[in-house]
Amino acid sequence: MGERVNRRRHRYRWREIGASAGFLLPALAVFGVFTFYPLVRSVWLSFHANDLLGRPVRFVGLDQYTKFFEEPELRRVLLTTALFAILTVLPTLLIGLFLALVLQTRVRGIGVFRTVMATPFAFSAASAAVVFDAFYSPSVGVFNGILHNLGIPQVDWLTSPSVALPSLALVIIWRDIGYAMLVCSAGLQSIPDQLFEAARIDGAGYLTLLRKIILPLLTPTMFFLLVVGTIGSLQTFGEINILTGGGPDGATTTLVYNLYQSAFAFGVSDYGLASAQAVILLFLVMGVTAVQFTVLQRKVFYS
Amino acid sequence: MRPLRGVVAYAGLTLLAATIIFPLYYAVVGSLMTDQELTRFPPPLFPDGLNLASYREVLDAVPLLRQYANSVFVSLSIVAGVLCTSVLAGYVFAFLDFPFKRLMFALFLSTMMVPAESTIIPNYLTMANLGLVNTFPALIVPFLATGFGTFLMRQFFLTFPREIYEAAKVEGSGHLWFITRILVPLSRPAIGTLAIYSFISTYNFYFWPLLVTSTPEMQTVQIGLKSLHSVEARHPSLIFAGVVLVIVPMVFLIYTFQRQIIRGLTAGAIK
Repeated sequence: MGERVNRRRHRYRWREIGASAGFLLPALAVFGVFTFYPLVRSVWLSFHANDLLGRPVRFVGLDQYTKFFEEPELRRVLLTTALFAILTVLPTLLIGLFLALVLQTRVRGIGVFRTVMATPFAFSAASAAVVFDAFYSPSVGVFNGILHNLGIPQVDWLTSPSVALPSLALVIIWRDIGYAMLVCSAGLQSIPDQLFEAARIDGAGYLTLLRKIILPLLTPTMFFLLVVGTIGSLQTFGEINILTGGGPDGATTTLVYNLYQSAFAFGVSDYGLASAQAVILLFLVMGVTAVQFTVLQRKVFYS
Repeated sequence: MRPLRGVVAYAGLTLLAATIIFPLYYAVVGSLMTDQELTRFPPPLFPDGLNLASYREVLDAVPLLRQYANSVFVSLSIVAGVLCTSVLAGYVFAFLDFPFKRLMFALFLSTMMVPAESTIIPNYLTMANLGLVNTFPALIVPFLATGFGTFLMRQFFLTFPREIYEAAKVEGSGHLWFITRILVPLSRPAIGTLAIYSFISTYNFYFWPLLVTSTPEMQTVQIGLKSLHSVEARHPSLIFAGVVLVIVPMVFLIYTFQRQIIRGLTAGAIK
């Protein structure tokens, strides 16, 4: 009898394996053709020099990568990418946290305020870029209008090499604060009310509450936002494409934008160099994600 | 004391909310202004009157209605595809057993770590080689499965009462019967979250549609906005009308389905 049960279980398992394979196949096909194969091909292309049409002609090993140490323009691209990440991620995080805290105010209709403050999340890269381009207009823009009314000299928001990157960052920050606020609010809601009550009974002021309870308990949430924000900023494309085109003078050319220009702009298809940048981007994103996993695991370990 | 605090709170909240929503406000107001009003300096913050002509003219400037249809068709197709592949794969990872299951799951999750920009050149070449540039398959097929969707479904299915699954198995029901008749109807919240999340992100795609479309008739609204912005620079009211038309469905979705969206957004944050 035991033998019969065993044999039936065995057959059952085979059918399960068959079903698993069948059900995973559609997703695997998509991943295989559009994620894994292109990754391998990107690496392969990055090891080759190519002709003007982008056809790989010669194996060059790591030459495409060493260019990033040798050519100042490419070094600058990496620097701009890092600077852009710093300019966008931290302000987004702080503003999002601030808004979430403010929205804890217990007044009637607070839900309406939360909904309104989540609005930027509805904007795509293109729509936000187009609206902010109007704000940044040197002659008739709202921002220079405000400066004019305050008696402050006008600013070349997108055409001055030192201001363009922060201007671009402002668009990203605005677009992301709704998201950051929603995530922080969710984090705040997971803090048990008893903790606040207990602190209040102990006579703790709001700042103590913030420092001793809210911020420590919100660390995982903020860390998550930091990781997601960094990855998002590394991938920024639409705003740059519409607002600055990487200019003025390359001041807003980040890694992704330079990748685009190497591969698809100016009538040249330098797929080799562009692929090297694609691989560098992949390693950057994987690095950030790996840091997330490590830290999360440590957190799990201690708790 | 209390009423004053209430008033101060409302004043502060209103000021913050007004600042944050200002770009949306200005897009709406700008779409109702004439180009003359919009080129005044300093720029007016309120329209002189309601000028609706921009909404008519913007439809002549770019085939926005057609692009709307493209965006909606592409997004809905991707949502349908993602739901199918994610439910099937999530079911496998939550209920079934097979050799190297953990490894396979890791493989699925690893796709979440790959930025789309890292694969965009070979993917473009694939589409070009297949002669699919400027077609719907190019806009849709690469996104029909996601690691995130599979992960989200699996996490939800893991909380599904195991007894119901066992009972269905004892009754001799097949996998697909169980999925379509029992699992999916009982998993509507998670499926809704994934659907809305996928729809919004797809509707907002920019880089890939920019690459694989070449005619206005095949472009999505996001690329339509870009062309509008570069072609109609002298008619800012048209650009604002275009923006309003493009984001109104999204604002509506965000306001209506806030809860589902938050659930999707924090799925990665909460372990």
